[in-house]
Order: sequence, then C-alpha cells, then structure tokens
Amino acid sequence: MVFDDRSPIYLQIAEQIKTDIVTGALAEDEQVMSTNQYAAFYRINPATAAKGFAQLVDEGVLYKRRGIGMFVAPNARDLLRTGRRDSFFADVVDPMIREAKAIGIPLKDILQHIRSYGDA
Amino acid sequence: MTTALTVRTEELSVRFAGAPALDRLDLRLAPGKIHGLLGRNGSGKSTLAATLAGFRRPDEGRVLIEGGDLGTAQEPYENAVVTSRVCLIRESGDLVEAVPVKQAISLAAALRPYWDADVAGALLDRFEIPLNKKIQKLSRGKKSALGVVLGLAARAPLTIFDESYLGMDVPSRNLFYDALLADYTEVPRTILLSTHLVSEVSALLEEVVILDNGRLVTQSPVDALRGRGASIVGPAAAVDEFTAGFAVLAEERLGGTKSATILGDLDPALLGQATAAGLEVGPVGLQDLFVHLTAPTGARS
Repeated sequence: MVFDDRSPIYLQIAEQIKTDIVTGALAEDEQVMSTNQYAAFYRINPATAAKGFAQLVDEGVLYKRRGIGMFVAPNARDLLRTGRRDSFFADVVDPMIREAKAIGIPLKDILQHIRSYGDA
Repeated sequence: MTTALTVRTEELSVRFAGAPALDRLDLRLAPGKIHGLLGRNGSGKSTLAATLAGFRRPDEGRVLIEGGDLGTAQEPYENAVVTSRVCLIRESGDLVEAVPVKQAISLAAALRPYWDADVAGALLDRFEIPLNKKIQKLSRGKKSALGVVLGLAARAPLTIFDESYLGMDVPSRNLFYDALLADYTEVPRTILLSTHLVSEVSALLEEVVILDNGRLVTQSPVDALRGRGASIVGPAAAVDEFTAGFAVLAEERLGGTKSATILGDLDPALLGQATAAGLEVGPVGLQDLFVHLTAPTGARS
C-alpha cells in the first residue's frame, strides 16, 4: 500500500487493516504483523505504525496477547461491517445520486441497472 | 537501556559576515525519535546541523545536549565528552580522501564509543563498497554510501545526516532508509535527517523542524501536519470571509473564483459552514504545505 501525505499515516494504516478485516483478507483471531515488522515492510516510522495499531486496540478491532503480539478481535468483522452499513447510504449512495442528477441520469435508470444484478 | 540524547537550542544565532544564518532559534529535539530537518537550500539546515554537532561555535545563545549517560546539559563546542556521542555525516563526507575505505572504517571504530563492527560489515556488503579502494577513487554514490555506513555503525546517541544521501541513486537511498529503520528499531536513538526530499523521507519521520531563512517556521509531529492544510475554493468574497481567521499561506485568483491555501484544523462545524457558503474544501499534501511554508514571497502571516 502507498501512503499519501494528505492525511495522517496512522489513520491510513488503521483504515487499511480495517478494510483487510472487512474483506476477509485478515481473519478473526489471526495474528497481525508486529508494529516493527509493519514499519520495516512499509518503510514508515515505527512510532507511526504503533499509533495506528493502538487506535485499533482502542476501537476493539485488535487485541493484545502479552508477549505474543496483536490479533484480530473475534467480533471485529461484524463490528466493522455494522459501522460501514450505517454510513453506506451517506458515503456511497448519496454521492452517486448527486452525480446522476448532475449529468441527467433518471433515478429509474439506476433502479433498472441495480435490478439487473438480481437480488444479491 | 536507552542512551538517546535530548537537544535544546536557546536563542541560537549564527552569523556569516554579519548576515544571520540562524536567527534566535529555540527548539527541542525529544530523545529517541527520528526528526526531520526541512528547509529550502540556504535556509540554515547545514549550519544548524554543524552547530548541534559542535563543529561551529554559536554567535549568540547556546546548544544544550543532555540525557543518556551524559547526565546534565552540556554544550557541544570543543567538548569531547559530548562530541564523541554525536555523529554528523555530511554530503562532503569529511573524510581523508587519500586512504583506503578500510582505514576510514578502522579510524571510526577507534574513535566511536558505540561503534558496531558487525553493522559496519553488513552495510559495507549491502552497499557493495570496495574496502581496498581509496576514498578519492569512489563514485559520488559510493562515497555517500560510505558516509551512511559510518553514520549508522557509529550508533551515536545523537546521529545527524545532513543531506548525506543525496549522491545516492534511488535503490541505494531505499537501502539506506531500510537500514536506518532496522538499526533504529534495534537501538533507538535521537536521529536528525536534514533534507529537502520531503515526500520521499516524510514517512520515516516522527517529528519535523521546518526552517526558513534561519528562522523556525514550525516544529510539529509530522502526522499532525498531514491534513493540517486545506485549500478553499469558491467565489472570492466568500473565500475571503471564510479564511479571515486563518493563516493564509497562498492565494490564487481566476476571474471571480479564488483559491486559498490555509493552515489550521477544520472541525466538522467549520466544514459545514464552508459547504453552506458554497465553498469547496480539499486537503493539502505535506509537500505542498512545505512549499507554501517556505515560499520566497507570499501572503503568509
């Protein structure tokens, strides 16, 4: 992953790990890289990596096992999916509708397109 | 055990023929962190690096170095107790050119109290520096790499790299960044990296000091600077009204539309206010922020 310098890197780290959990790339109870491994792999400051991981521990997404490392919390995927579902319409659907209105696509065309996917 | 040193400057001024190279600088480098020293050419980075390392006497004010096994604060100039714990690597190398590489290595090993021969050997291999070649026969890239090896293997509690890796090509610089992070993780110490390659180096840093014309522009955790700038675009009058309370770093106008780059934290209430006024708010990258903060002229306050 490539970090951009327009927002704090520790937040970008936290977001990336959350996405990996939501998509299943990281399984629940799976061990994640240590902050030092993560820092070396992505060539970033170890304190920055540690801050990103600490944020995820605070949010209950990761948990620590003393002397072993950090793991994905057992309920992390559900927790994150619920959070993203809550913001789905505001973050994804509303901008799409604004764009459709701006360029003159009627909402019924969008509905028709969505129906062509069947009931997923 | 940590031996990392804390650095402070108090009203530090250095002048060249009367012109200030550093102008009443007050800063503090926290121990055990990687600090970036950013500034344009001629901003005073190298003068500051040399003064911190005791290569140069301040004209006014002072440099104080403390912590680790040093105990109380001491000034580095002509003070061997301090300077043996401080390693400054400059692009010029400060090396005797007529001797083979291995002689420079054994000299450093004799002079540096925290020297690690294994680290030196491994890095000389990785950078493919020939031990028997005279330093003056090395390419610019290999000379820079030798400087980097000397700086890392010295494991000095205060290590300063002053643009010392500019002569290296991109793969070698990446090798340097990897080696720096690995060795810093193993032996945390206070590191100062002076550079103008902001976008390349910024992810390695924890704190930044930005200098302009010998003055301190800002000192801040680097992650706090990311996202601290914002660009505000919209009708000129609305932009002016909204940005009135902020430090405006740059302004541009195109007809009735104005774009302003501001420094400041926009909370959700302010963002809502901007959107309601028909303004577009966008993020400003660290590199752009650095350019605006150190621009030769401009409307900054």
